[in-house]
Order: sequence, then structure tokens, then C-alpha cells
Amino acid sequence: MTISATKEGLHSSTPAYTEFHPRWYRPRVSVYWWLGQWRYLKFILREISSVFVAIFVVVTLFQLRGLLGGPEAYYRFQAWLRTPGAIAINLISFLFVLFHAVTWFNLTPHAMTVRVGGNRVPDFMVAAPNYLAWLVVSAAVAWLVWR
Amino acid sequence: MPDTVLLEIARYSPEQDMEPTFESYRVPCPKEWVVLDALNHIKDKVDGTLTYRWSCRMGICGSCGMMVNGEPKLACATFLSSYAKNGNKVRVEPLRYFPVMRDLVTELGGFLDKLASVKPWLIRHDDSPTSGEFLQTPEQLENFRQYSMCINCTLCYSACPVVGLDPEFVGPAAIALAQRYNKDSRDQGAEERMAILAHPEGIWGCTFVGECTQACPKHVDPAGAIQQYKLSAALDWLKSFIMPRRRGEGIHDDNIGNQGRTA
Repeated sequence: MTISATKEGLHSSTPAYTEFHPRWYRPRVSVYWWLGQWRYLKFILREISSVFVAIFVVVTLFQLRGLLGGPEAYYRFQAWLRTPGAIAINLISFLFVLFHAVTWFNLTPHAMTVRVGGNRVPDFMVAAPNYLAWLVVSAAVAWLVWR
Repeated sequence: MPDTVLLEIARYSPEQDMEPTFESYRVPCPKEWVVLDALNHIKDKVDGTLTYRWSCRMGICGSCGMMVNGEPKLACATFLSSYAKNGNKVRVEPLRYFPVMRDLVTELGGFLDKLASVKPWLIRHDDSPTSGEFLQTPEQLENFRQYSMCINCTLCYSACPVVGLDPEFVGPAAIALAQRYNKDSRDQGAEERMAILAHPEGIWGCTFVGECTQACPKHVDPAGAIQQYKLSAALDWLKSFIMPRRRGEGIHDDNIGNQGRTA
């Protein structure tokens, strides 16, 4: 008999009892594997942040709908935006959107290798244009709001 | 700096134990000692039954990977003194997500199968690899050199939660190895590897946690390799979608061809 338990992956169970084959210990992965270490918690938060990005988009779509529905519908929507619940949703969403942007921008140097004249461009130089574009767009929006 | 450190080592004997238990050993802590020195000290002087793998003790062989205080590390490259302030306690466990054979020794059969599954060798369609010499410019070498640095220490597998949650996932090192050959100017097998890896258990299984890259002791950046592979796969799909006739042609146009061929 041969030792066979490897074809199906790292955790596959030994299909049948194999004589003289030692028993391997296979720890189960806890449902809470992401708690306890900041790096994994950060990953889960980054993944969850996409939900809040979606909420932000939905709120914006409702705002557009209010705008299309005429002044009264728009003011009604604005009144809703001023309620504590709406402010809380927006605040939480905003923090998650910030987190989403920063974590993904910081990952761009891994996702693309930029070479100039045969040399690899340092990581921060790959991430920097993202932040620059973010700054420019934010400045443009701020100008639109406060001009 | 304290003179001694308490090492808590996971012990598992397949003949006697149902699950690992921790055994504590107090060991000296000279500033030049790494975790492997402490393990060797225990095996030589305290408990000869302690089982672990090691060979080169200089970060080349990739044998002595283990969890040190919950992080995948090479025991030969992890200084005891850097943990000395942490309550003088260092917890050493076998690499996470692998079956444990005994004490700190993991079973690597699944990993080795995954490595082989990505066809990590030069594939030539035009001619036989033995038909002559293939020259390579330093730039062409630089294209894949980083990915060729992998020592198969499997630290990246223990850093990757996807490996733990989906045992079928091909995993960081194997995909980085595939990329090492895809990016080699002498290779023509990118398409064959894409057929294997453009799959939910291949590159699309990766959720870009990025910890494989953090854990890698040789700066291979497997996370980068996988993301770039995803981009190639997406472009490949787009090309085949827009120009169906192109389906079946190479995906890494810059890599395929006879540049540098001399014979």
C-alpha cells in the first residue's frame, strides 16, 4: 500500500487506513482565524469596507433620484440626510471608504511592476500617483462645494 | 538582556497523542542565538526526542520553517534575543495549515504536488530544449530573477488564510513559480500554465491578503506574482472575447519567441 493523501490538498483526509502509516495531526481552522492578529483583522476590515463603499453609492443614487423627483423630493431627502441615523451611516461609511482607499493604494506596488530604463521603480513611487490623483479629485470636489 | 528564555514547543507523537501538547524548556539566550540554536541545544542537552527539520542553518535550504510566536519564520533566521523582552517566552509550533507528522515536522506531499502541477520547467514548442543554447540579456533575466529565489520553505502557505480555508488552493509559492517560468524569455508554456491556474483554485482563489509577501524570507513577493498573473488572465480573456480568432495564441507576447536564440 502506498501513502496517499496528498493529491487532494493539504488537508485531505487519508482515504483509507494505511498500515504502518503514522497518524497526521490536522488542526481545524477556526472560524475566528482573523481575530487576534491585526494583519488578518485588517484584511477582513478591508474586505468589509467594500460593503460600505456600496452603501455610499446607494445613498448617492437615492440623492440623484431625489434630484430627479423635483425640489420637494430633494428637500425630503436632504432632511433625511440630517437625521442622526443618516449622519451615523455616512460617518461610518466615510471612515471605511478612507480605509478602503488607503489599503488598496498601498497594495498597488505589488499588483504592478513599473520599470523605467530597466530599473524597477520603488514601491512608494508606484503608490504615489494614486494619492496624487485622490488629492486632485478631492480638491476639485471641495472647489465645487465651496466656491 | 535576560540570560535565559522559556521555549514552549509543540510536541506531537503520532503513536501516543491525539493532538499536540506544549512542553516548556528553559534555554540560554546569547545574543547571537537563533531559534534553531535553541532547538539544537534542547535536542543535544535536554531532550533527544524533539523532532524538527533543519539543514543549512543560513536561510538557503528552507527546511526549518515553523511558527514562532504565531508567525511563520525560518528558525535559523529568527533571533531569540528579539523575543527576549516579550515575557521571556517563545512559542514554537509547526507551520500552520499543514498536517503535522511529529513535533515540528509537517507533511509536504500536498505542497510538492501543487508545485509540480504548475509545470515548473522550460516548455518549448518550436524545438527541443536540448537543441542548442539560449542566450538571455540581463534585462530578460531581471524579469524573472526575483521569482526564482524561492526556497520552498512554505512560510507563505502558513501566512495565507486561503490555504487554510481552501485546501485545494494552489497557493502562493506554486503560482510564483509558474510566473518565474512564464516570465522567462526561453519559455513558451505560459498558455499551458494559464489553463491550469486561471481557475477558482488557482489565481482566482487568492483574495490578496498580501501576507505571503510579508512572510517570504527571500523577498519573492508571491502576492505580486499572483496579482500580475490575474491581470494577464483578465487581458487574455478580454483578447479572446474581442478577437475570438486569437484564442489559443500566446498571452505573454514579450516572452515568447526566439530572442537570444543562438543555435
